[in-house]
Amino acid sequence: MKTVEDLRKLREEVRQMTKLREGEAEVRVVVGMGTCGIAAGARETLGALVQEIAEQGLLSVVVTQTGCLGLCEREPIVEVNAPDGRTLYARVTPERARRILRQHVQGGVAIEDWVIRN
Amino acid sequence: MNFYRSHVLVCAGAGCVSSGCLNTMEALVDENAKLGLDREIKVIETGCIGTCDLGPVIVVYPEGVFYRNVTTDDAREIAREHLLKGRTIQRLLYRNPLTSQLVQTYGEMEFFNRQLRIALRNTGVINPEVIEEYIARDGYEALARVLTTMSPEEVVATVTASGLRGRGGAGFPTGKKWGFTFRAMSDQKYVVCNADEGDPGAFMDRSILEGDPHAIIEAMTIAGFAVGANQGYVYVRAEYPLAVKRLQLALDQARNYGFLGKNIFSTNFSFDILIRVGAGAFVCGEETALLASIEGKRGEPRPRPPYPAVKGLWGKPTLINNVETFANICPIILYGADWYGRIGTETSKGTKVFAVAGNINNTGLVEVPMGMTLRQVVYDVCGGIPNGKEFKAAQTGGPSGGCLTKAELDVAMDYETLIAAGSMMGSGGLIVMDEDACMVDMARFFLDFTQDESCGKCTPCRIGTKRMLEILDRMTKGEGREGDMEALYGLAENIRETSLCGLGQSAPNPVLSMIKHFRSEYEAHIREKRCPAGVCQALMSYNILANKCRGCGLCARVCPTAAIFGKPKEVYRIERKKCVKCNACLEKCPFGAVVRA
Repeated sequence: MKTVEDLRKLREEVRQMTKLREGEAEVRVVVGMGTCGIAAGARETLGALVQEIAEQGLLSVVVTQTGCLGLCEREPIVEVNAPDGRTLYARVTPERARRILRQHVQGGVAIEDWVIRN
Repeated sequence: MNFYRSHVLVCAGAGCVSSGCLNTMEALVDENAKLGLDREIKVIETGCIGTCDLGPVIVVYPEGVFYRNVTTDDAREIAREHLLKGRTIQRLLYRNPLTSQLVQTYGEMEFFNRQLRIALRNTGVINPEVIEEYIARDGYEALARVLTTMSPEEVVATVTASGLRGRGGAGFPTGKKWGFTFRAMSDQKYVVCNADEGDPGAFMDRSILEGDPHAIIEAMTIAGFAVGANQGYVYVRAEYPLAVKRLQLALDQARNYGFLGKNIFSTNFSFDILIRVGAGAFVCGEETALLASIEGKRGEPRPRPPYPAVKGLWGKPTLINNVETFANICPIILYGADWYGRIGTETSKGTKVFAVAGNINNTGLVEVPMGMTLRQVVYDVCGGIPNGKEFKAAQTGGPSGGCLTKAELDVAMDYETLIAAGSMMGSGGLIVMDEDACMVDMARFFLDFTQDESCGKCTPCRIGTKRMLEILDRMTKGEGREGDMEALYGLAENIRETSLCGLGQSAPNPVLSMIKHFRSEYEAHIREKRCPAGVCQALMSYNILANKCRGCGLCARVCPTAAIFGKPKEVYRIERKKCVKCNACLEKCPFGAVVRA
């Protein structure tokens, strides 16, 4: 640690270590983890989300779980809570989960085909 | 990069450690591994979260769900239900003692959201054993800024302008102390951190050292630059092994990163810190005694002046501040003196950490803005008095302070107002007493402490407190005499005026303040040989009411000394001489026939 710049560079690197505890997330991705969700593979979906976030270094995203939403046959359901609103996705496989992160969360474009509509 | 979707904080302050948090944490880590969650969920050991009576405590982020009294089985359930499936376990949530409502998250708890945490900003949030977590929360930024953009004069001026005052007890303006030491001419100066926290019930300094040791290291280094010192000492008591361990680890990490040592941030400023472990004498919290102890001498105070700022450690100018005082320095540098000056009252700036104990729902550590009223601290932040009892008094300032009564519940907690109310801020101990507390016994407790801890160097403190204690002892045994209160007053005045150091001078305070506010209780002990609160055992007697006794004999069976006689279906009686006043018969009697007087 020789200069102030060294310190600030290190801080950027380690920022994520405590960021999750500060409640500053911009995007919240919620996975339905009711019995129905887990049976439909929500566990793998969640794992894929976590892995993708790590690979892409998406510091502004948090992942949480919720219970059954009542749409059991369309599980695993993933909700994206971004500044522009709330979107529910149905039958999110690990592969779909990765694409949702890339296209919707990073790219800002919802994948209309998988969205649950009234 | 590693990404953990959830951070689980396990409070590992000394309070939670003693309630078994390490086993809880082990169970949680083990269950996570079994469920394959260990790569998604990070379990972090933090410093004291502050809710010491609720331990072991766990907070799950990002949701911020707060779980209390978590056993090892509960921890496994948290892993299976909450961490895996996202289901909050309602039965482990905290219940607001006043509204009986379950509180879902940390942020919704009155205990936390009424606080303003500056000195405790990282305590209970970061892992104190990982320097990177401290750096992630702007750690060592204040030091970097000071060393590269400020002059020592500017640092002293900033601390002075902030209005920060010493948190160890006396409330002396910190900036002034820094200025005195800065202006003292010498080839060698020192910075000392007083971590010899000794007031019964006060543990904020321990919690800061355990929970955020780098905050103290950084602040001491800044102080070293400001006053022109190159060596610091932390004087910490041996009874705080966890604080010593974490501080030592933090010092090693800081040296590795170059925050301590030679040419910090490539400037020509060098500074290092050593730990000195004290043997736990209360008097060593007094600054001159503390310095003597660091020098390897007997920990005894000496008259001031000269003050340590002029002639301190080994005769060299020494800046000595308390842990909590140092914990405020980095935020003042980062956010400015103006920001700090807007918190608190006209003469007492910033926040104060109180260690709340006694008859109160949420015991633990709270940090609130100066000037918050006693009522707000007791009822709003700490959830009021348990079991529907009445507030009777609160002792502030530990064994050097005084008590505040119900009439003073709306007194603002700041340096001046507390002094005006006959008490003092002290180091922030706050002992709450309900209607069942005996004020003679309380005074005796505090005096017993100061008497025991008197170093013996000066006569008034060594012998005077002994005589006062004897009088109080007699009172609690029913041997009080007319003239005792006058004798207490006389002794108190002499001790106050003639003791060598602050500990002696303030030792009579609790007694005087309690006599002042609860004179009738003292009179009852002396004249009627009666303890109105029913605490002083020697003054109690047990009786069986003839009209209520049904002659069931339960009392006689439960009596450990066979002091109760009688025949079934007849009124039982207690033989005074044999009775040891254990209260067992009173608790057992189903008809309320046993009474205590």
